[in-house]
Amino acid sequence: MMAGAAVLFSAPLGAAPSRVVSINLCTDQLAMLLAAPGQLMSVSRIALDPRVSSMADEAAHYPINAGRAEEVHGMAPDLVVAGEYSSRDTVALLRQLGIEVVQFDIVGSLEEVRDRIRQMGAALGREAAAAAMIAKFDADLAQLREDLDGPPGPDAPRAALYSANGYTSGDKTLSGEILAAAGLRNAPAEAGYGWGKLPLEVLAMLQPDLVITARRYPRGSRAEEIMDHPVVEGLNGQAARAVMSDQDWVCGTPYVLRAIGDMAAARRKLEAGR
Amino acid sequence: MSRVMIALALLTAALFTASLLVGPADLAPGDSLAALWQGGDGPVAMVMRQIRLPRALLALMIGASLGLAGAAMQGYLRNPLAEPGLIGVSGSAALGAVLAIHTGAAAMWSLGLPLAALGGALVGVALVMGLAGPRGGSLTLILAGIAISALAGALTSLVLNLSPNPFAANEIVFWMMGSLADRSMTHVWLAAPLMVIGWGLIGTLGRGLDALTLGEDAAGAMGISLPRMRLVLVLGTACVVGASTAVAGAIGFVGLVVPHILRPFVGARPSRLLWASALGGAVMLLIADIAVRIILPTQDLKLGVLTALVGAPVFLHLIYKTRKDGI
Repeated sequence: MMAGAAVLFSAPLGAAPSRVVSINLCTDQLAMLLAAPGQLMSVSRIALDPRVSSMADEAAHYPINAGRAEEVHGMAPDLVVAGEYSSRDTVALLRQLGIEVVQFDIVGSLEEVRDRIRQMGAALGREAAAAAMIAKFDADLAQLREDLDGPPGPDAPRAALYSANGYTSGDKTLSGEILAAAGLRNAPAEAGYGWGKLPLEVLAMLQPDLVITARRYPRGSRAEEIMDHPVVEGLNGQAARAVMSDQDWVCGTPYVLRAIGDMAAARRKLEAGR
Repeated sequence: MSRVMIALALLTAALFTASLLVGPADLAPGDSLAALWQGGDGPVAMVMRQIRLPRALLALMIGASLGLAGAAMQGYLRNPLAEPGLIGVSGSAALGAVLAIHTGAAAMWSLGLPLAALGGALVGVALVMGLAGPRGGSLTLILAGIAISALAGALTSLVLNLSPNPFAANEIVFWMMGSLADRSMTHVWLAAPLMVIGWGLIGTLGRGLDALTLGEDAAGAMGISLPRMRLVLVLGTACVVGASTAVAGAIGFVGLVVPHILRPFVGARPSRLLWASALGGAVMLLIADIAVRIILPTQDLKLGVLTALVGAPVFLHLIYKTRKDGI
């Protein structure tokens, strides 16, 4: 009986969902990029924040949700797209209510950006659009790497990602791959630091050519104060300092290409100054 | 100078040096001390002068401040449970500091942060002393302290949760437990003036505190003005605790443990206990700050965790003792 009801109400196999709700910043952007007109009903509130969302203006055209099960259920979606780390309880509750939820893992490499685009294409029944986007992504990436041959060599400028709370990102992260694609060496990663806290002392000892800090949020916080520490400022005096435009680095979308472009420009400026 | 003071001073100097030699950057002790002395543009000098030196200095200054404040409050109230952290003074100072940071006052004016923390500490210490009454009975003092701590803690959390900054809410732990990670010389200069004023104020209390051990009437006969002492104590405590909390968060129990341990060594004379506790506080905080860096080098283990692990059993012991004495 239950199974019969489920079959009755679910969409016919292979048909594209027509009422899609996204409750995660990264799926918001992928869905906005790939959905057919009218297919995407709502995106999450964070998508409106230009500090973390590359598509804040586009998001303003959609009804906004706060990612709570009750309001999402009220929109009667036939598909919810969520992050792997969206609230477990919300996702479980939506599934219990008979709504299909597709979860997207966080992106740790440029290759996985392509995977997520393909996954979103499949979830929305927009495989052709996804394939076209991946082809364009590959072509744009190749063009960005035109003046580089292979991974950054020993002469490449050494960069260090250093954001709030002293966090850095190693090689096996999207940020690390953005650096490498821009032709920059990742100094903390070479010193054995992966994703996590990089002690300020170690940063000072590494003496990187470029310190990439994160953009500030309004009002102060101790976590961000560390980016103003005299040591970071001192490295800044000796080296260049770039502000990571966070919104292009956060999610695995084609906007990471913009981040690579910015970093490649910073690298060329450094190399010209040598 | 008595033997206790010399021993404490030597211990402080040794721990201060040790604090300069502990850190995640692998530096040879000889090179690093030479770089600290000679300076220069090299990375080693940068680490020593801008990261490790301010950290060691702050541990010294804040430890001394908290030890001194604890000894002074206990002497005046004649109550071994009086301690700025426990009775909510540090908590109210933290509230002041958080308000300054999250209203933007600290960013507009560099003195905004320590002065706001001073204001918070003043309100806290005045409230506690007012509520505890002139004799500072244990029960009323601790109850007043609990109420003020709880209120200040809740308001601090509220301010941090209301902040539009997504990192703010995670900083509740820092303000409640304290840390010296990644401080700079800027913080030393922010805290130093208020601390020196506070040390000076509390330092004048020695004679009065000694007289008070003979009872209030005797002290009065010796020309000691209790209301004046009270005012100086309130201002002095607020200065040192406010300045400490503004740069390092609320660190509890230092002012409780240190006078308790040192009291037998100074013949229970409050004036001698003041300066012994200042050195003892510096010793305790330097040890705690070295320990957090050795136990969890890459993470920011909070100082208050260690001081509470040592301090809470002492506190329980003191409660047991006061109960036995029937106070």
